[in-house]
Amino acid sequence: MRRFTAALFLLGLGVMIAAIYQHMDFSNTAVNAGQAINVVAAQETGAANFVTSVVLAYRGIDTLLELTILFTAAMIGGMVLGRRRIDAPRDPDAGFILRTGADLLFPLLLVVGLYIILHGHLTPGGGFQGGVILASAFFLPLLARPGITLIDQRIVSLVEGLAGATFILIGLLAMFDGKEFLTPLFDKGELGALISAGSLPVLYLAVGIKVGAELAGLLAHLAEAEALD
Amino acid sequence: MEAVILVVVIVMLLSAAAVLLFKDFLAALAAMSVVSLGLSFLFVVVRAPDVAMTEAAIGAGLSSLLFALALRRLGLWRSQ
Amino acid sequence: MDILDSNTILYIAAFGLMLIGIGGIVISNHLMRIIFGIALLEAGANLLLLLSTYNEDASAPIIVNGNVPAMMADPVPQALVLTAIVIGVGILALALSLAIRVQRAYGTLDMREVRLKLEQEISADAGIDMPSSSEKPADIGEVPVNSVVQQESGS
Repeated sequence: MRRFTAALFLLGLGVMIAAIYQHMDFSNTAVNAGQAINVVAAQETGAANFVTSVVLAYRGIDTLLELTILFTAAMIGGMVLGRRRIDAPRDPDAGFILRTGADLLFPLLLVVGLYIILHGHLTPGGGFQGGVILASAFFLPLLARPGITLIDQRIVSLVEGLAGATFILIGLLAMFDGKEFLTPLFDKGELGALISAGSLPVLYLAVGIKVGAELAGLLAHLAEAEALD
Repeated sequence: MEAVILVVVIVMLLSAAAVLLFKDFLAALAAMSVVSLGLSFLFVVVRAPDVAMTEAAIGAGLSSLLFALALRRLGLWRSQ
Repeated sequence: MDILDSNTILYIAAFGLMLIGIGGIVISNHLMRIIFGIALLEAGANLLLLLSTYNEDASAPIIVNGNVPAMMADPVPQALVLTAIVIGVGILALALSLAIRVQRAYGTLDMREVRLKLEQEISADAGIDMPSSSEKPADIGEVPVNSVVQQESGS
């Protein structure tokens, strides 16, 4: 009965959405901010990737708050999961193939992650994507050998705190200059060069390291939690 | 191009339904990854390569890892 | 293929994902399926947000080798969705760790059983009888046998 009612509800919702879609002109939304940004972003920030300009320069404080949300989620996740007992049984080591593969992949993943972070202002990619790849690079050895303590939670929180502080400090530096919080600083450089766009690559590096440390710590917490079976 | 989009969308919606219908949670997790991959293709189609990369790294990679670890902790790892 | 242009197909994908996600949240009883449903709903919402400024003639908002395309896609929704995906993984991690705690506390992930045990705990702590039914027959005036049995076996 409950399933039938739910299916009926979904059917009604689908019909309603279809009706709304028929009568509204969805794709011609009058959003002018984006087109205005497309015109001026190359001169104002010096980044070839306009999404990066929006994330770090035009909506920089939003990104800061988003990092705060991610930090809170990771912290509460760690708190909720709690510590493991000393005598709790550990997972067995992974097989030979996974161990060797993890050793081989670790440096490659580090290089790819750093490349994506550092080219965030030129090509698709940036701090969030590269940070996730860095986190998985540090998590892979833990998956292969569950006993080792590669990720020390204290070092993780230190790195994470330093990266977050760097982000805020660069924002404050702009305020000392008499501009608004998180205004891009330094020389813009040549459009499309690796060292260009002023402070945006530094900001993205801070974001990448913070996201990587947070997610690696969270994954380590989840992997450390006691298994039930 | 439209035919490719249509095929991807159909595969994606079918695997989205499969996420909820599969009894085995590992199979549901695999279907969830398929949804994320299809979605990242659609993000490329709508001219958002940045978002597509994020979806591929986070949606298909990290979320699946999180789900897999949680399933292991919850004792739902074994196929029924 | 005149009705199904690429725009319509993409909207069908977005709304379809959202509908399936809502269906998962509404219909399922298992906590993991509800979390899966939340993830699906989030994916659909992200796609819908990007589609709001989708234009087939535009190109990606990136300048490659100094050529500025004539028309570029709107970067603002893309940045929004980028942050939304990352926040989504935070929500997911939080939900999964809460699910692990629920499993530890109640030994099950079925929401009906969890709800029953929760009510039993609350009424046991408050020292009152568990409310069994709002339409209790007036002439009997006792707690139905069924709920007493459940209360004893559950605690």
